[in-house]
Formats: sequence, structure tokens, C-alpha cells
Amino acid sequence: MIPRIYIPADSGALALGAEKVAKAIEAELKERGVEAKIVRNGSRGAYFLEPMVEVATAEGRVAYGPVKPSDVKSLFDSGFLKGGHHKRWLGAPDKIPFFAKQTRLTFARCGINDPLSLDAYKSLGGLRGLQNAVAMAPADVVKQVTESGLRGRGGAGFPTGIKWKTVLDTAGEQKYIVCNADEGDSATFADRMIMEGDPFVLIEGMAIAGIATGATKGFVYIRSEYPHAVATMNKAVAIARKAGVLGPSVLGSPNAFDMEIRVGAGAYVCGEETSLLNSLEGKRGVVRAKPPLPAIQGLFGKPTVINNVISLASVPIIMDKGAAYYKDFGMGRSRGTIPIQIAGNVKQGGLFETAFGLTLGEIVDDIGGGTASGRPVKAVQVGGPLGAYFPRALFDTPFDYEEFAKRDGLIGHAGITVFDDSADMMKQARFAMEFCAIESCGKCTPCRIGSTRGVEVLDKLAAGIEPEKNLALVTDLCNTMKFGSLCALGGFTPYPVMSSITHFPDDFKPAPARVAAE
Amino acid sequence: MTMQAASTEIASRTAAIIDEMKGLEGPLLPILHSIQEEFGHVPKDALPVIADGLNLSRAEVHGVVSFYHDFRAHPAGRHVLKLCQAEACQSMGSDAVAAKVKQLLGIDFHETTRDGSVTLEPVYCLGLCACSPSAMLDGEVIGRLDDEKIEEIVAEVRS
Repeated sequence: MIPRIYIPADSGALALGAEKVAKAIEAELKERGVEAKIVRNGSRGAYFLEPMVEVATAEGRVAYGPVKPSDVKSLFDSGFLKGGHHKRWLGAPDKIPFFAKQTRLTFARCGINDPLSLDAYKSLGGLRGLQNAVAMAPADVVKQVTESGLRGRGGAGFPTGIKWKTVLDTAGEQKYIVCNADEGDSATFADRMIMEGDPFVLIEGMAIAGIATGATKGFVYIRSEYPHAVATMNKAVAIARKAGVLGPSVLGSPNAFDMEIRVGAGAYVCGEETSLLNSLEGKRGVVRAKPPLPAIQGLFGKPTVINNVISLASVPIIMDKGAAYYKDFGMGRSRGTIPIQIAGNVKQGGLFETAFGLTLGEIVDDIGGGTASGRPVKAVQVGGPLGAYFPRALFDTPFDYEEFAKRDGLIGHAGITVFDDSADMMKQARFAMEFCAIESCGKCTPCRIGSTRGVEVLDKLAAGIEPEKNLALVTDLCNTMKFGSLCALGGFTPYPVMSSITHFPDDFKPAPARVAAE
Repeated sequence: MTMQAASTEIASRTAAIIDEMKGLEGPLLPILHSIQEEFGHVPKDALPVIADGLNLSRAEVHGVVSFYHDFRAHPAGRHVLKLCQAEACQSMGSDAVAAKVKQLLGIDFHETTRDGSVTLEPVYCLGLCACSPSAMLDGEVIGRLDDEKIEEIVAEVRS
């Protein structure tokens, strides 16, 4: 058997030098006259180990990482093609603690094989969910998704099945499935990883959504900052079409479903569903007032399911193993698993899929291993640029939609950014306002004007001008933005601002007092 | 360097793109991306052609082009360097990275060096948040930027 070497082509791995490693391995094979097949897989998500190279041996896969091009010669000398020991040796990937502790449902296949091999996809359970769905009545598919307890993984946490039911029950000659792949939140990369590492699971999920609701056309709206994901998805759609997974007869059934990949143009606000729909229609990405709900009048005014990548990619396993299987994981009203993305100043950053319910402290300290800088953790921002900053005092918060809401936070798209004690929370609060000002679509006043005024007031505060008055002013402004904005951009910008003020008051004291406090 | 194409040529090349993509549902964004790929920016002279081709007003087309950060009114430098400035990268010192790059290139964000070699832009998240601070150079991703990598990048865009 020719040895197989797996080298990730995921953009995170590429950013850490995977291409150079691949070239070095190719060159070394040639020089030694050794025959081997190089497979470019996705990433399993442990970015602190990337580029993680795996070799298939008689005893299973053996991983090495993080591999540098300069390690390659010695890897061959150590007999790595047979799993030999080396300073980069990690052993069987499933046994590496970061992976062993996970519950991988949505990401079960991500990073294991060539993402564009449909055969590999099928060999690991792919398409079983879709096969089940084509044999069922649409209402039963919707029922199964509803019963699984799956909630929108984009951030809002709305029950996916209920959304689907509305579309199923709304009459329309043309209905659409739109996948929101405008993953703009800092600290999030789950959508990117799935699209680059297991694109067929998203295609399968969208086809199931189409069959369940009577929609025959789908769009994936991917942000332009993800060129690798766009390329992989385009290739995967073409392969799926050729194989009859998409097209006039999905898996030979009477159901038609096809899809297109569309690319965004650098507007953060297009991650908001109604603004995304406008953008897809070729308009300015301005937010729409709701109602009407997109489920009733969505893309081009037609009934539309709009779901996040991870919501849709979680559907195949629900349709394969059943609602109860999925629902068994999790806590409270947060059912199933959630791919937590641990990012920023953290020692062991990456994607960690697990059932809901781990505490924030377990995630940051135990799984993440604390900060990369080795300094104490000061704050973690959960849920992207619109999420709250939590101090260590709140590290007992379980990862759950409701538990975070109780503490004036949100889990959003489940990204966590870790900051060490060098972080200046006044600066972070100011950035939140500044970002909102840059990205506001301009439709509603609290967001458009409020964010700019917010930057100004925080600048005054930083300069020590009437601190008490300006602190009261920014609090009042946040209140207006929270309750007066049309969408989550203006409505949630107060979360990072107010949580910074509430949990880190020392950082908002005028300069002389701050020095004294330190 | 991208030469400014003559307006008649812009019109004919734009018309060809529109013809090809007009049948798409919601064709405007794909058309604008193709135009930017063709010319390196979205030339002003292309706007009336798009408006005509899609039966929109010029104001509507201008409104869409100007809404999105990606569409350029002028050609960029030979290289485009995007530095991530979002929170995960901030936590790993993206401010200092940006300051250093700006100083080495002698330009600020949204500017192009006088010799046209490189345009510097901020970007808010490349999805490389566990490999911060990160950057994108002409579509290639780079993670865990440090002084050495910054100097390599600057040398590359300058050569």
C-alpha cells in the first residue's frame, strides 16, 4: 500500500505555513525516491497544532504537529511514514486531549479527508440524512428538526424547525433556502472551517431544508474575506450536481433542489439576515424592518428559510440519527452541540465542539490553557464584536443561551476572544462604538448617529472631561441604541460597551485616578 | 500597473460582463465583482452601462457600489495588504503590527505607496482568530505575524 500523508489546506493551516510544509514533503519524497500519496484535508481545528500532518499507518492515523518545513527531513529520518517517534509526534489524532474531550456531531468529518471527495464523505455517514429526508413527507422532516431542539447557530438562537414550518406553511410558487455564510464576527471561524473542510455537509443540509419546505433553489452568501471557502464551495456544488445530489431529481427522488454560491462585498452588516437578502437581490445591504418575516416575504419577496452555516450543517446528523439522539446532548433549552471557537490571546486556540453546558472557565482555562502570553486573563469577549466582555468573576457561567442572557451577555456564534491583563477596556468599548459606526447600514438613527456620538463621548471620558456626566451619557446612549435600533448591530453594540463599564470600572476612571488605582 | 482603460473600451468590456451575467437572480453584485476583477476597480464609466443593462437608475447603481467596502473607485497598488484589526487580533497586538507596517511602508490605512507597489487596508476579521495577528497579502493568508514576518512581507511588496 502506498503511504498516505494528510496535509491540511484549510486557510488557518495555510496561514501557519501548511503550503511550505507540503512543498517540503513533496521535495523530500522525490529526493528519497519514496512513493506516497499526499491528501490535502481540511483542519480538525486545533490551530495550536497546525500545520498538523497525519500519516495513515496500519495501526491508524498518526499525527505530527505543529510541523515546520525545517522539521521535514528529520521526520523522514524518524520513519514518520510508519508513525515513527519524533519531537512533533502527537500520536493518534482521536487520542489528543483537545480532540478526545470533544463531542463531534456537526464537525464529525471536518478535517479528516479530502473535503471534495464525495466518496470519502459517504464513507463516513454522509448523505444518510438526505436519503432519509427524501423518503419522508416534508412536514415530518420539519417535525424532526423541531424536535431535535436545534436553534439558530448564527447567534439569535431561534428554533430552526419553527422557521422551517413557517416557510412550509406559506404558499408560494418559488421558495428559497438562503445560507448565511457572512461570518464576520471576530473569534468565529466555524463556518469557514465547515465550508473548507466538509462542504458536502452544508450542501446536504440545504437540500434537506429545501425538501422540508418546498424550496427548490438555494444560495450560500459567503463573505469575500473567505476566498478559500468560496473556491471549495463552488467546486463542491459542481461535484454534488454531477453526482445527482443537487439538480432536478435529488438522489433520484422527485424533489428538485439546486444552489448557487454568492460572494459578499465586505459589509459586516450583511450578516444580518434582512440586509443579506437585500445584498443578494443586488441592493445596498440595508436592514429591512420586520415584519414581514423573511419566512413569509424573504428573498425577492418569496418565502425564504435563512439559516446560518452551522444550523444547516447540523441538520444531516439529525436526519440521520434522529431528533432524540441530538436532543440528548446539552442543557436546559440549549440542545445538541455547539462548536465553540477559542481565539485571541489563548494558548490552545481552535474549534471545540461540545454539548452545551461547559462553564466559561472550563473553556478558557482547561481547554484553552489560559493566555498565549502567559499573563493572567483579564476579560473574555463571548459572541463576537457585539458580545459582552466577561471578567473572571463570571467564569462559572455555563455555555447556554439563557444562562448568558441572564448575565447580560450572549453566546452569539460561539466565538470567545481571550484578553490578558494588558487589555484596556475603555479602548475596547471605544472600538465597539467605532466598529458600529464604520459598519452601520445607516437606516436607523440610534445606530448611525449613536455609534459616532458614542466614540466622541468615550474620547471625552478618556481625556478626563466631566467623567461622571459623560459616563451617565454613554450609559443613556447605550440604552437608546439597545432598544431603539432596528437590528442587532446597533442593538447589541451596547453589550461590549456596558459590560466593560460594569465589570471593569477602573479602566474608565480619569487618567490620574487610573494610575493611582494601579 | 493597471492602465486606465479608455471609456469606450470600459463600456464594451462592461457590456460583455453584463450580457454574460444578466440571467442570474440578483445579478448586480456578481457583475460588480467581475468588473472589479476585470479592471482592478469599478470605473466610473462602467456605472451608466450597468444602469442601462439592468434597467436601474444611475443613482441606484452608485448607491450599491458605494455601500460596499470591497468596491474600489480607483485601482489599487500592485499588491494589496490587509491587516486584521478585529478583536481577536487586537488581543494579540494588531495595533502594534499596524503601526509597524505603516511606518515601514510610510503610508496609512486606505493609502497606496507613491511608487504604486502596495495598498494598505484594515480588515475586520479573516476568520484566522486562533492564529492572530493575521493578514492577507494578495489573497494569501498569513497568521501569527511577528517582526520577522512583517519584514518579509514588506520586502516582498517592495521588490
